[in-house]
Amino acid sequence: MATRQTQSLARLMRAPAIILLLVWMLVPLAMTLYYSFLNYNLLSPGQTSWAGFFNYQYFYTDPAFFESIKNTIILVLGVLTITVVGGIAIAMLIDKPIFGQGIVRILVISPFFVMPPVAALIWKNMIMHPSYGVFADIAKFFGANPVDWFAQYPLFSIIVIVAWQWLPFATLILLTALQSLDGEQMEAAEMDGAPAYSRFIYLTLPHMARAITVVILIQTIFLLGVYAEILVTTNGGPGFASTNLTFLIYRAARLNFDIGGAAAGGIIAVVLANFVAFFLMRAVGKNLD
Amino acid sequence: MGQIVLTKVRKAFGEVEVIPGIDLQINDGEFVVFVGPSGCGKSTLLRLIAGLEDISSGKIEIDGKDATDAPPGKRGLAMVFQSYALYPHMSVRKNIAFPLKMAGMSEAEQNARIENAARVLNLSNYLDRRPGQLSGGQRQRVAIGRAIVREPAAFLFDEPLSNLDAALRVVMRQEISELHQKLKTTMIYVTHDQVEAMTMADKIVVLHAGRVEQVGSPLELYNAPANLFVAGFIGSPKMNFITGPEAAKYQAHTIGVRPEHVEVSKDGDGWEGKILLAEHLGSDTFLKVACPVVGEMTVRGNGEMGLHHNDTIRLKPRADRIYRFDDKGLALK
Ligand SMILES: Nc1ncnc2c1ncn2[C@@H]1O[C@H](COP(=O)(O)OP(=O)(O)OP(=O)(O)O)[C@@H](O)[C@H]1O
Ligand SMILES: [Mg+2]
Repeated sequence: MATRQTQSLARLMRAPAIILLLVWMLVPLAMTLYYSFLNYNLLSPGQTSWAGFFNYQYFYTDPAFFESIKNTIILVLGVLTITVVGGIAIAMLIDKPIFGQGIVRILVISPFFVMPPVAALIWKNMIMHPSYGVFADIAKFFGANPVDWFAQYPLFSIIVIVAWQWLPFATLILLTALQSLDGEQMEAAEMDGAPAYSRFIYLTLPHMARAITVVILIQTIFLLGVYAEILVTTNGGPGFASTNLTFLIYRAARLNFDIGGAAAGGIIAVVLANFVAFFLMRAVGKNLD
Repeated sequence: MGQIVLTKVRKAFGEVEVIPGIDLQINDGEFVVFVGPSGCGKSTLLRLIAGLEDISSGKIEIDGKDATDAPPGKRGLAMVFQSYALYPHMSVRKNIAFPLKMAGMSEAEQNARIENAARVLNLSNYLDRRPGQLSGGQRQRVAIGRAIVREPAAFLFDEPLSNLDAALRVVMRQEISELHQKLKTTMIYVTHDQVEAMTMADKIVVLHAGRVEQVGSPLELYNAPANLFVAGFIGSPKMNFITGPEAAKYQAHTIGVRPEHVEVSKDGDGWEGKILLAEHLGSDTFLKVACPVVGEMTVRGNGEMGLHHNDTIRLKPRADRIYRFDDKGLALK
């Protein structure tokens, strides 16, 4: 699309899709914004009134608010770290020709096909359960006391579950990047006397930079909204120890039936997400062009 | 220093034996060209020398030291790949610096060598560009630059010019030859272009199905090919081979006549034939002639010959330029 003519034509052709997307985005956003300024509780739907900034103030002064933001950040960063580092490692392992490669690849990818609540329930009842989970069995085998994961390390447990679910995605994207790495470049580096870790630092990592960026951007968007895994395991507790922003909004809307408060929380979450997106694009977005 | 000696080097990929066993000596400072048809094992042999493939059996010595099991980085050889294999996210400067950095050389020494290489290769204005922003010829020079800064014992080239257009290929061919004059370092050069082989080499190694058919200087191979394969491979257009009674007149199973060693006349003596095809190149005319006595012949005449399709002519081979071969295809003295 080099010439000016093709550019304006391209703009015209793109317009319908962009307008559709805008409408799709703006209408719910406007409605949420509107609700956030109302006193609107489902327990008394008749008594809706104008609330001004009360909902925001209420949400903001809630002690759980800052804890939930902190939890959101820890959750996102924790899962990103595990999936990117683990994804690179697994991708490099299954990129090598090994016996039963096809089967291994399918097995690696399969966690992605398990729905989040199902995955969380499996982890809760079969793996991390303090009396009949696999981890408890292992602990007992070594004579140690089983850990009650969701009571003692609630946020960490959720990070593990979510990371397990997203690891296949990261692995898949990073594997395709790895497979497009030119073999002759690697051989040239070998001839240049670069040992394996130098080849990894100077060739493999820069080559995968774009894929890593994609993984970080896409996962961040989804990880900001983690919800089902918390609902079926810790329910946000103990206390607010594993409540993230999404779950806090859920609590407002579905446990307290406070539509106005939930909407205000939703708007705050949108603002925060954009904030994160802005800094993320500045930090890693340059890898994309 | 850059003497390389191969002793009974054999390479098999699984069941398939690609190189059944090669003995070869490459002397310090020589420009050696490996030629041969596609799939004959030229690249494989070069990669064995580089250490990028493990040899199945045999021995490789570099400068008198056994290098059979040495990793590629420790053999002191530099390779220029057909695809250039530049590091795409590094600038030209960083590309050239990479082997020096890996060797732990000081910044000052690195810069001195890079400046020097850039001057020799006309790259000084491009040092801060990325490989993606260079033309094919410039990329080729960067790849050579990355090889020369290391001051290796020998350079290995695998068809380095095959991605360039014809004109640039001629220029780069001369540049590589000049570089060899200047550096006097051993170079091993793989190509299937016999013009490159003839013009650049001190010594040509003709390979066929993983075997060395003949080793010699370009003119030795042209004047005294050891067998039918070499005779047919070296020289363009290809040598004409004649068997049967005409060959028997020369006490040979097969005789070979190069297209440029035939006198063409309208009505002199020699084999009579009819022109099937006449290619007028200006400087030369190539004729494809159907001769009832000896079969189809390709001959080269001068550019001004007024000969055309279907003309009847006579072909007389130069008596001192007839190559004779026995029934096994080996040259007769
Ligand atoms: N990794 C491999 N596994 C199996 N066979 C291989 C491998 N690499 C090369 N070969 C085979 O070895 C033979 C020689 O290959 P090689 O690449 O050395 O040919 P070449 O002379 O360089 O040909 P070209 O002029 O086309 O580059 C070929 O028949 C090829 O199929
Ligand atoms: Mg080859």
